[in-house]
Amino acid sequence: MAIAAQPQMPRVWRAETKPHKFCPGCGHGIVLKALGEAIDALDIQERTIFGCDIGCSLLSWDFFNLDTVQTHHGRTTPVLVGIKRARPELVVVSYMGDGGAYAIGAQHLVSSASRNDLVTIIVVNNTVYAMTGGQMAPTTLPGQKTETTPYGRDARLTGRPILGPELVAAIAPPGAYVARGSIANIVQLKNFIQKGLQNQLEGRGIAFIEALSSCPTNWHTNAAATWRFVEKEMTAYFPVGELRTPEEKPSGRFQEVPPYES
Amino acid sequence: MSLNLKIALAGEGGQGVQSVAEIITEAAYQAGFQALYIPNFGVEQRGGVSVAFVQVSSEPVSAPKFTTGDIVVALSHRAVERVRQYVGEKTLLVYEAGLEDDVRQVYGERQRRLAVPALAIAQEEMHPRVFNVIILGVLVGVTGFLERRDVEQALERQFGHKFAQDPDLRELNYRALERGYEIGRENL
Amino acid sequence: MATRPVTGEQRAFMTGNEVVAWAALAAGADIMYGYPITPQNEIMHYWTRMASKYERGFLQTEDEIAAGFATVGGVLAGKRAFTATAGPGNVLMQEAMAMAEMMRLPTVVVVTQRGGPSTATVIYSQQELNLTCFGGNGEGLRIVYSPSSHDELFLYTIKAFNSAWKYRFPTFVLGDGYQSKMREPVTIFDPEARGITMEPCRPMVGLPGLPGEERDPAHLRNTYNLEDELYEVLMTAIKEYEAIAPQVVEWDTYAVDDAELLIIAHGVVSRAARAAVVSLRERGFKAGYFRPVTLRPFPAETLRTLAARARNLMVVESAYGQLKRQVQAGLYGLETPVTGYLRPGMGITPEEIVEFVHAKELI
Repeated sequence: MAIAAQPQMPRVWRAETKPHKFCPGCGHGIVLKALGEAIDALDIQERTIFGCDIGCSLLSWDFFNLDTVQTHHGRTTPVLVGIKRARPELVVVSYMGDGGAYAIGAQHLVSSASRNDLVTIIVVNNTVYAMTGGQMAPTTLPGQKTETTPYGRDARLTGRPILGPELVAAIAPPGAYVARGSIANIVQLKNFIQKGLQNQLEGRGIAFIEALSSCPTNWHTNAAATWRFVEKEMTAYFPVGELRTPEEKPSGRFQEVPPYES
Repeated sequence: MSLNLKIALAGEGGQGVQSVAEIITEAAYQAGFQALYIPNFGVEQRGGVSVAFVQVSSEPVSAPKFTTGDIVVALSHRAVERVRQYVGEKTLLVYEAGLEDDVRQVYGERQRRLAVPALAIAQEEMHPRVFNVIILGVLVGVTGFLERRDVEQALERQFGHKFAQDPDLRELNYRALERGYEIGRENL
Repeated sequence: MATRPVTGEQRAFMTGNEVVAWAALAAGADIMYGYPITPQNEIMHYWTRMASKYERGFLQTEDEIAAGFATVGGVLAGKRAFTATAGPGNVLMQEAMAMAEMMRLPTVVVVTQRGGPSTATVIYSQQELNLTCFGGNGEGLRIVYSPSSHDELFLYTIKAFNSAWKYRFPTFVLGDGYQSKMREPVTIFDPEARGITMEPCRPMVGLPGLPGEERDPAHLRNTYNLEDELYEVLMTAIKEYEAIAPQVVEWDTYAVDDAELLIIAHGVVSRAARAAVVSLRERGFKAGYFRPVTLRPFPAETLRTLAARARNLMVVESAYGQLKRQVQAGLYGLETPVTGYLRPGMGITPEEIVEFVHAKELI
């Protein structure tokens, strides 16, 4: 009997903890696969520390053959910044959802971006708080129904979805790498993540990659509708591509001045 | 010699109350006494009455602040009122002579007291900036537990770098210390 | 490696915040993460001035949440990391300390208590006892030292690093604004010169060897799927905490053997309590003094023995019963009456204590 061809998995993939714990149709597995491939490509498994947040991202705590720490909601970046400052030879990856990055942990994101911390941040944007049951997130699209916006998100009352990479691109000093990828284009996403890790390896600055992802469980969508939401609705609001390469200056108001001598 | 001395000092920010407290405790510590100094401090970086609590003892000092001072120093209008809670029957109230009316109003006639014309001396004979060093001298003189040399050394530790740039400043400070010291001795 | 920051023993006259910075240096602390809050600030000021000379690190974070979590990161990386905070900062710090408690991370936090609740005063209190001992959504599996003098501030800051790394519970030095800002004589020393060996640090992530091939990966978490999983982890930690408690617990006594009145205080207030006992004894009153040096674990057993012999117990603190509640919990069932001289956010002098003792006819 012919054995069905197994998909090629990254070397850092930990077989003992598979199948993984994410829901069917969840985008996390794809993003993590892209990350795994990028780590393989750069051959940094031995010195990479993976940090995951609260929310669905925490289910990745035993995902890789990587030293891993699962932290608190929104606090993954400060923990990894703490590790990096103490042991600069390590490569640190801060992995979280949009709630952790843009709501409860926003001050850490802004501050790490301003400091150009040598950390690679990956934010999985699925437009909802998924683990808690599908509430409105900072990234919920206008009109989108969630458990706390049952009649659709009213932007007049709850604001418009936050543009994370645009925010980081506006404020991070030169040397930063910022991109938005999507589970709809895994090759491109892997490429972005790899560049983000490379940026840290070269000591240039912060790397921030948002990955557009899916949550059929909380979206209450079938496969076709899920895919359509990611590719059409989300991509329309959250444009995919590189926002900052290390040579570029911040997209926000920025003026290079010599250090003040007191 | 058994000693247990509590001094509260109060003045406006910039009058140098904390420096006096720091120098006197530093000198006491170097001379082999137990010493503890704590400034009062609040949310304001500037403004408000500045109070310093000084204790010098032969034994380890207990609580950092105290209920009643042996000596209480008031150097401004507001300070006269502010230090009232630390003044007991036996307390010697040391104050800038220009505050005579305020002192009389708050403390009446009976309080043990020593008026020091530090402002006049500083302005007329020396320099306004040594106002607090005159007060320091008075405290050294009136308490009698420190040698002038101990205090001069503490002054050097505190202001040595400034003295090095301007030797006249050293002479001025030493003169202010001496002048205050004499006033203190007369009232020992 | 730069030369040792402290050689042998040195006498000095300095503020408590300076003492903490020197102690952390002498203890070989590798990195401090901090955020400004009064009255803790000068710990950072002294640390940043000296750190670079001795190849130590510092990061000023965006808030106390980040300072706490970055300290967690530093510890995970295997470094002797610490932070310092006070009041509302201590409140924010509890989130990270709960994680440290769950994951048995040897964090060290120096707390300089200020008035509370809320912003209150930047000056002084003993109102952060509950928070420091039992903060966070946990069981208070922490070690909390309450020093009373600059000599102890130095000693227990060093000890905090050792206890943290030896027992793997988050460890706190619970000071206060008075101790931070006051100057008094202190002897600072190189731990080695006193025969103190610093407990080695070991990394929990970034271990040598290829994970998954040459060794298992370190997979560290604080989330559990099942009640039973959590219960097992937690009960293991609780049993270990209870087992080490007798080695960790410390207290101090004075004139307790025939004491009819036992005055109980901790931290800087214990100095006033001890002086009050001396003064009462001089006048023929049989007063004694008991001071918990560790507030967690609390020296309840020793206190119980002493309290059983006394006619009256008096708790003196610059808080409204935070210590008193620990005392009463430790003495549950004992009928000796407990009276509190409770002054939240206020300094306490020996004279006040003596006056209160007589006014309440406690002796």
